Amino acid sequence: MKRLIILLLSTISIGHTCLAQETEQDSLSEITNKNALFNRPFVLQSQWGKSSTAIGGYIEGNTNYSSTDGVSDGFSMELRRFNIFLYASVGDYIKFISELEFEHGTEEIALETALLDFELDPALIIRAGILLPPIGYFNQNHDGPKWEFIDRPLVSTTILPATLSEMGIGIHGDFNLSGELFSNVQVLTYELYVVNGLQDGIINNSSGRTSIPLGKASSRFEEDNNGSPSLTGRLGIKFKTLGEFGGSFYAGRYNRFQEDGLDLDEKRSLYLWAFDYNLNIKKLRILGEWAWASINVPQSLGPAFGDQQWGAHTDLIYPIRKGDLWRWKETTLNANVRMEFVDYNQGDFVETGANRFDQIWAIVPGISLRFGTNTALKVNFRYQWEKDLLGNPTIKSTGYQFGFASYF
Amino acid sequence: MRSKILQYLFVWLAIAACEEFLLEPPVENELLDGPIAGLSTSQQQVFLAGDIAFNDEIFGPESGLGPIFVSTSCGGCHAGDGKGHPSTVLTRFGRQDGTGFDHLINLGGPQLQHRAIAGYIPEEIPSEATAITELIAPAVTGLGLLSAVSDQQLLNLVASQQTAGIVSGSLNYVKPPEFFKPQSFHIPNVDGDFIGRFGKKSGAIDLLHQTVNAYKQDMGVTTEFDQEDPINVQVSSLNTDPIADPELPAATVQNVVFYLQTLKAPIPRNPDDPLVQSGKLLFENIGCANCHLPTMVSGLHPIEPLSEKVFHPYTDLLLHDMGPQLDDGYVESQELSSEWRTPPLWGIGLSANSQGGAIHLMHDGRAKSLEEAIVLHGGEAATSSTLYQELTTQEQQSVLTFLRSL
Ligand code: HEC
Ligand code: HEC
Repeated sequence: MKRLIILLLSTISIGHTCLAQETEQDSLSEITNKNALFNRPFVLQSQWGKSSTAIGGYIEGNTNYSSTDGVSDGFSMELRRFNIFLYASVGDYIKFISELEFEHGTEEIALETALLDFELDPALIIRAGILLPPIGYFNQNHDGPKWEFIDRPLVSTTILPATLSEMGIGIHGDFNLSGELFSNVQVLTYELYVVNGLQDGIINNSSGRTSIPLGKASSRFEEDNNGSPSLTGRLGIKFKTLGEFGGSFYAGRYNRFQEDGLDLDEKRSLYLWAFDYNLNIKKLRILGEWAWASINVPQSLGPAFGDQQWGAHTDLIYPIRKGDLWRWKETTLNANVRMEFVDYNQGDFVETGANRFDQIWAIVPGISLRFGTNTALKVNFRYQWEKDLLGNPTIKSTGYQFGFASYF
Repeated sequence: MRSKILQYLFVWLAIAACEEFLLEPPVENELLDGPIAGLSTSQQQVFLAGDIAFNDEIFGPESGLGPIFVSTSCGGCHAGDGKGHPSTVLTRFGRQDGTGFDHLINLGGPQLQHRAIAGYIPEEIPSEATAITELIAPAVTGLGLLSAVSDQQLLNLVASQQTAGIVSGSLNYVKPPEFFKPQSFHIPNVDGDFIGRFGKKSGAIDLLHQTVNAYKQDMGVTTEFDQEDPINVQVSSLNTDPIADPELPAATVQNVVFYLQTLKAPIPRNPDDPLVQSGKLLFENIGCANCHLPTMVSGLHPIEPLSEKVFHPYTDLLLHDMGPQLDDGYVESQELSSEWRTPPLWGIGLSANSQGGAIHLMHDGRAKSLEEAIVLHGGEAATSSTLYQELTTQEQQSVLTFLRSL
């Protein structure tokens, strides 16, 4: 209650708080428009020593050395991401969180999250803002330090378009079921949001194929391209001993079919379904997701633009050594392997009856050294097979990567 | 515990090491892409820019694709610089009338763009068209050497074939586009038309001519050389593309032309194998080599690696009447509709690598094996084809082995 009063006071009032010595009461009498710059609740809160804002983030980078069909571009290094989180407990049962991403230095700067949660009950929380649609597991759990592998899974980034942020509004919540009907079930979670949705880039692109990630138009936080929102949701169930399973979807019209009252195209829809799991079987951790996409693609684009895509990945993570290492306590050395597959174009050519390939398979063995849960060093070796649309000889790639990732 | 780690590391390194071993660069003669030997570093830079524009630059609506098109990149039809796949076959149409062949330009001819970007309708063949042909993409390797053969050499070849009287190759004369700049070795006819040498019916005079047409007719991309998008009469007889023309600068087109000029000629595999050798001999004996000429010499050329070089394309670059079975009724310029330019056979053994694991030969890809292609030869090639069919199975096998080695 006290916090609420402070907040109220701060919003209706308050001028020159820059004069730091003044008391809370003094400031009320001295409101001027000029002082709007510092006339903000968080400034006041921080002056009063009652700030609820926290800052955090993560950083990840790696080296690359790979060769495709025996040809290599040599060694290089990249700073993949430097992301900053801002969190504030705005008031009782109201939370704010945001994530600002700097990819490859300042090559790409994106606001990935900026949302408010209003908790009516743990089972009913209203969420509004720039949010991460809960399609699959990876999209909301994309922080580098959480993963044992340097590259993001192909299915999560090229079929499910992680990281996908959307302007949206909706509800989510947890039902704690332990001790009730099902003895092994711990929690049931749900999420359901209305979002602006992906856009025409899915087919209007310069990649010569259907590409769901290219539907992420930068204007999607500002306006829906077709005035027809998309719907996305996930149901998760967590078992006490085994871990969590989730089923999720994302559906809506993606193209600009009408503008200024003019019909521009047919209405075209996109449907994504995903199944994810995050399990612990004894010491082995199994993590992965499967996704299917069905896209209404104009026939006129020809067979290179697939209307059905699917893919999957599974990560196996096994701790081979736990304990103190050099100066660090509680480190874990994991032996890992990822298996992944994506098919960007299911179906056959009418002309020849042969498969439209456009597929990639990969196996990625690796090791990771964890310092607690926040920091990891990773080494990956990637072996990848790629078949083009026509099914010409497989393109083989191999690569070594060394990476680091840490929350701060 | 420690030994477990070591074990894991060992296995891991072992996989890595042996996979690395697996990834030796592919053998040069298995690949069509790559520059001709002897380019300077600055020439290699232009080659690289052209390679990227040809193979990696895929067009979308924003970069000028369409609105009607056949494919989205050069490499989409000429994968890895090789032959095309039946799913990217292109269609041309026209009509034979009293005065000659009409390409029905005002009705969207000469080429059908049967694909369209979202929201646009693809073109359809107008009912006025009576001649319709389908063409599968040829390989584009070694074209620089072929472009450096002088017109005079081609005229001499026509004359010598006439004297020999076995086959009678001819030349197509083509109206030059406005942007065409004749070289010293070009010899126009009295009407100011020039000898065509690219395309299946020799409809294009040089590689620039072919490339500008490809951007326009195959992808709906306008260039500084030709700023008109193909039209779809069902929509409008005007250019209806919202992207400002030209959609592609001259420099990109020129880089692509340089790339085509300096792509290496395919390199034969196992040329010294006795079976290949005996096949080669038979190939010559049964008259295949009259049209599929094993050796040519390029004329003087400003790009040194193309200048005065002996090379082995297995074509005479001349048109031959191939008989009624291959007559598609379609005419590019002044040739008969049953006439086709002898396709180079170099690189034919690598066809399956770009055609999706199977082979689709002849102008429309209808022949699904080398034998089928040979049996389809009629007209001037009928005798030679019959002679092939009369060979013993073993001899036929050696001819085929020879073809696959190219
Ligand atoms: C839709 C498929 C398609 C696309 C896209 C395409 N081509 Fe072609 N290409 C063909 C076909 C079919 C032919 C034979 C054309 C003819 O006979 O006139 C051909 C012929 C050629 C030739 C002549 C080869 C010879 O031996 O005579 C060249 C050079 C060429 N293309 C270059 C290009 C370039 C450069 C591009 C991109 C700007 C391109 N092509 C895009 C299908 C395609
Ligand atoms: C009269 C000239 C002539 C003779 C003789 C000739 N060919 Fe051809 N050949 C052609 C022409 C022209 C084509 C292209 C026809 C078409 O595309 O429809 C062709 C096509 C081919 C092809 C398919 C090439 C491709 O890229 O699709 C093969 C293989 C071939 N010839 C082999 C032979 C063999 C073997 C012989 C001897 C038995 C032979 N040719 C004799 C003119 C000739």
